[in-house]
Amino acid sequence: MEKRPLSRGVNSPSRHPSKVNLKALIDIIKGTLIDIVKRIIRSKGSYLFLLPGMSLFFTFILFPMIYSLRMSFYKWNIVNPAVSKFMGIGNYIRALNDPIFIRAAINTIVYTLITVPGQIFFALIVAILLDQKIKGRTFFRVAYYLPVITSWVIVTLLFEYLFNSQAGFVNFVLKDILHIVGEKIMWLADPILVMVPLNLLGIWKGVGWSAVILLAALQSIPADLYEAAAIDGANFWRKFTRITLPLLRPTLVFLVVVLVIGGLNVYISGLLMTNGGNPLDLSHFILTLMYEKTFANMDFGYGSAISYILTIFVLIVSVIQIKLLQRKVEY
Amino acid sequence: MLSRKEERILRIITYIVLICGVVVVAIPFLYMISTSIKSQTYTFEYPPRLIPKNPTLENYVEALGKDRFGLYFLNSLFVATITTISTIVVSSLMAYAFSRTSFPGKEIFFYTLLTGMMIPSTMLIIPQFIIAKNLHLLNSLWGLIIIYVTMSLSMQTFLLRGFFEVIPRELEEAVLIDGGTQWTIFFKIILPLTRPGLAVVAIFTFLYSWDEFPWAHVAIRNISRRTLPVAIALFQNQYLTKWGLVFAASIVALIPVIGVFVIFQKYFIRGLMSGAIKG
Repeated sequence: MEKRPLSRGVNSPSRHPSKVNLKALIDIIKGTLIDIVKRIIRSKGSYLFLLPGMSLFFTFILFPMIYSLRMSFYKWNIVNPAVSKFMGIGNYIRALNDPIFIRAAINTIVYTLITVPGQIFFALIVAILLDQKIKGRTFFRVAYYLPVITSWVIVTLLFEYLFNSQAGFVNFVLKDILHIVGEKIMWLADPILVMVPLNLLGIWKGVGWSAVILLAALQSIPADLYEAAAIDGANFWRKFTRITLPLLRPTLVFLVVVLVIGGLNVYISGLLMTNGGNPLDLSHFILTLMYEKTFANMDFGYGSAISYILTIFVLIVSVIQIKLLQRKVEY
Repeated sequence: MLSRKEERILRIITYIVLICGVVVVAIPFLYMISTSIKSQTYTFEYPPRLIPKNPTLENYVEALGKDRFGLYFLNSLFVATITTISTIVVSSLMAYAFSRTSFPGKEIFFYTLLTGMMIPSTMLIIPQFIIAKNLHLLNSLWGLIIIYVTMSLSMQTFLLRGFFEVIPRELEEAVLIDGGTQWTIFFKIILPLTRPGLAVVAIFTFLYSWDEFPWAHVAIRNISRRTLPVAIALFQNQYLTKWGLVFAASIVALIPVIGVFVIFQKYFIRGLMSGAIKG
């Protein structure tokens, strides 16, 4: 049934390498080309299946990527692109020397370093607890998943309201219930303090997703491993470090890679909660800075360079993580 | 081995920790509901109350009636529905070609498509904005739909390909012997047998396009074409302190999401898994 048998006769001279002359070579090339064309014609059905999707993909993803790479080398003129001024890597150098960009990069990296371990830590606890024989597992799973399916816009506004300085719930709890602070804290007006609600939101929203994935991985660990360990007298901690963690490793690697990509791409929460990097552009993330430079300052070339720096960084970090984390599995 | 008593204590601790977690997750939501039924004067009362003093539905009435919120809801519904249907059609066609046929360039096409899963979507906003501008797709719901379908393609094709690959080949041969074509195989065998897979695609695409904010935010300037996330985000700018209104609108936007999630919960988990195991 396979569509393999192609004009094999043409290829036969190659069995006698010593006698290959120019004519035979041309015959081979000709034969191969005819083969390919025949196969293409024969599989035109397959291309028809691909046509709608691939045209969308090329028009709205691949072409834009290349286009934006080109833009990043220009002082791009959005009204009349023809008069854009070529700058070489000028936009990239500008970004790396721009204190606002550096600050945004630091904010983004810190956000990633806090939210990724935070999400995985709490998700692991939730998943392990839900892996016991307990009643209401479905209820808990739905409850923990609620923040995941709620849109970023809504949860960001919600946290903004909870952390509101005058009448916010968080200040109320800290000041009037726990008496930890004497004064109401201005969470949203300070470039460093605003990172608290942003990071907490990142963790709060993501725990359910990681927990569901970890739970499934836990459930695929055979129960007899634990039983054997129990017979050998292993306690909970030993079982956790010797059985659970090593077997969860592939899932954890997957989670870390995906969550780091997500963390570095933090955008909506920052855009809404800081109103675009306020105060003084100190609370930007990389992508909110990209948005501001591009759509508020109309500097499309600089914006493109920023987004390319981020993309390259994300790629490098992902590759390094996969290399590092996977190597340890092999011992 | 643990004694029965120890086991019971352990179980109780488990429930306590889990319930504490649920409380942390739930409080913001409860607070949102409670604020949405407070009248404006009470949204900044101090100390804040979780249970409102004089509950009222005026925020819902105002959001739904006065502020074209109904229109934004319909816009979102239109965009999400058309995006979902188109994504199912386009990505199942591609998944069929990649899983059940062989043709020159198959690997190259497939891996090119997979790069789409690795590119951060926000990075594409700038060039997509310019292309959409040249194709007159800015400020139109169709412009949103086209981008949403494109952005969903890589992931959903990949997911469906997994579902399609496990269907036995013998079924195909039977169809071909009876004189059927690839299209017969596609419509009569593959699609009916992979309904759970199609459900997964439908749910994920619907929720993605219902919630999407960054692209809609730059692409839509015309007030009457806003979708819910954009409308709600700008609500907050517009009436900086009208939190009751903002949250009433948010809850209305959340209802379909929670509905879809609760009804299709089992498909959800399966979709997440196929992404996790293969990704």
